[in-house]
Amino acid sequence: MYTTKAVYLDNHSTTPVDPRVLEAMLPYFTNTFGNAASRTHGFGWEAEKAVDDAREQIARLINAKSKDMVFTSGATESDNLAIKGVVEFYKDKGNHVVTAVTEHKAVLDTCRMLERKGLATVTYLPVDRYGMVDPDAVRRAITDETVLVSIMYANNEVGTINPIGEIGKIAREKGVLFHTDATQGVGKLPVDVEAMHIDLLSMSAHKMYGPKGIGALYVRSKSPRVRLTAIIDGGGHERGMRSGTLNVPGIVGFGKACELCREGMADEAQRVLRLRERLKDFIYAQLDEVYLNGHPVHRLPGNLNVSFAYVEGESLLMGLKDVAVSSGSACTSATLEPSYVLKALGVGEDLAHTSIRFGLGRFNTEEEVEYVCERVVHEVRRLRDMSPLYEMAKEGIDIKSFNWARD
Amino acid sequence: MAYSDKVLDHYENPRNVGSFAKGEANVGTGIVGAPECGDVMKLQLKISEEGVIEDARFKTFGCGSAIASSSYVTELIKGKTVEEAYAIKNTQIVEELKLPPVKIHCSVLAEDAIKAAVADWKTRKGGTGEKKAV
Repeated sequence: MYTTKAVYLDNHSTTPVDPRVLEAMLPYFTNTFGNAASRTHGFGWEAEKAVDDAREQIARLINAKSKDMVFTSGATESDNLAIKGVVEFYKDKGNHVVTAVTEHKAVLDTCRMLERKGLATVTYLPVDRYGMVDPDAVRRAITDETVLVSIMYANNEVGTINPIGEIGKIAREKGVLFHTDATQGVGKLPVDVEAMHIDLLSMSAHKMYGPKGIGALYVRSKSPRVRLTAIIDGGGHERGMRSGTLNVPGIVGFGKACELCREGMADEAQRVLRLRERLKDFIYAQLDEVYLNGHPVHRLPGNLNVSFAYVEGESLLMGLKDVAVSSGSACTSATLEPSYVLKALGVGEDLAHTSIRFGLGRFNTEEEVEYVCERVVHEVRRLRDMSPLYEMAKEGIDIKSFNWARD
Repeated sequence: MAYSDKVLDHYENPRNVGSFAKGEANVGTGIVGAPECGDVMKLQLKISEEGVIEDARFKTFGCGSAIASSSYVTELIKGKTVEEAYAIKNTQIVEELKLPPVKIHCSVLAEDAIKAAVADWKTRKGGTGEKKAV
């Protein structure tokens, strides 16, 4: 267990709820507990008003119309609804989907399920060595059968930001709907569904200092009007696209979280970027053979993903026991496979095993980053002293051509 | 994942880390695993003319359980004859360190490292040594 003194640098995984968000939510658990769908009394009207206000706050962050926001349980559901919903609704128009190999599993596994059921054919575009999708590759992949392009905004592992404005423009020209999983980007980077030609956008509150269990799918209602087949049927909430009683406190918190992100975005991005660069510069100055994964410039301000050659990721996590970070090492995954994202970038499996993802956020301080700098360098040195690979490398032995005894 | 106290102890205070000086006589070296698999162990055994393991060193690239497995082996093996060392089974390591199922391969690798180091020592001796072993 992490102690309360642990430094939290895993903000891509989830973020703490901002106290101002929590404060906004609290009345909606007890005093104003009504069902937003109750039209016959004040309890319902108050809840509905709170939901409408939050919808407005959320829509404003991405320059959308508030009625185009469909509340879901989170980005995984939003991705599922966008992809399954479009494929099902437009099945008479075509069945081809274009996506990329570095997408989140919520997109990839949804696509694979549709393929397995024979409901769609899917093109998985490769990425360059920085993890970026080439808009021209999207253009070339679109066929007469294509109904949807789904490309993420910023990658959750390596932080690479895709040129979604360009991709959206291409999709629009070709008359194909464009969905973006913007879970990591919304609230940290500017998003404008008009300027970027986005038709569907997935987002989640808990990645932006809001509560877990609430997210949204933006579904464009005009030029073009996007239609979806619901995957959850029931009372016809959310324009029939997502039935189920609205999570009013969650929605209120989501709205507040969006407002705070919008107001503080520019300053916060600068501050977090400065902390990230401090961490990166210190590590690079103190250690040899450190390799950056992802794009050097076009990346999330809070993301630093590096491979510490010759030091296995899980052992480094174990050494950094009072620092919460994550690794692309196989040992940290349930599947015992190293990160598919790093693999897609062409990072060798040997280096993938040594990768660490630092995710900085709103509540990290300079003192914390200084502490992490010292701890990381100390542990990497200690583990390299223990590493037969580092010793071999220092002796000039080529590790790639060494005849490894495998069983 | 929760590590056992013994794994944590070996990880934080590894025993016998390092390498013997190059060209030192009576040393057998075993290197097992592969970087792309995320585990590499180097185990060195200093073995007397009589076939008794006098000293051991290790270096390991791998998770905490892999480091602990190899550290434990260097303690376990000292004073044993090569035959006794050869008979060490990975299950002994699993039991001592209370490794979870997902980490059993670390103990297998440590067992392989012992066998590889002994085999290397035999090769260096020119096959004159413990013929009855293996």
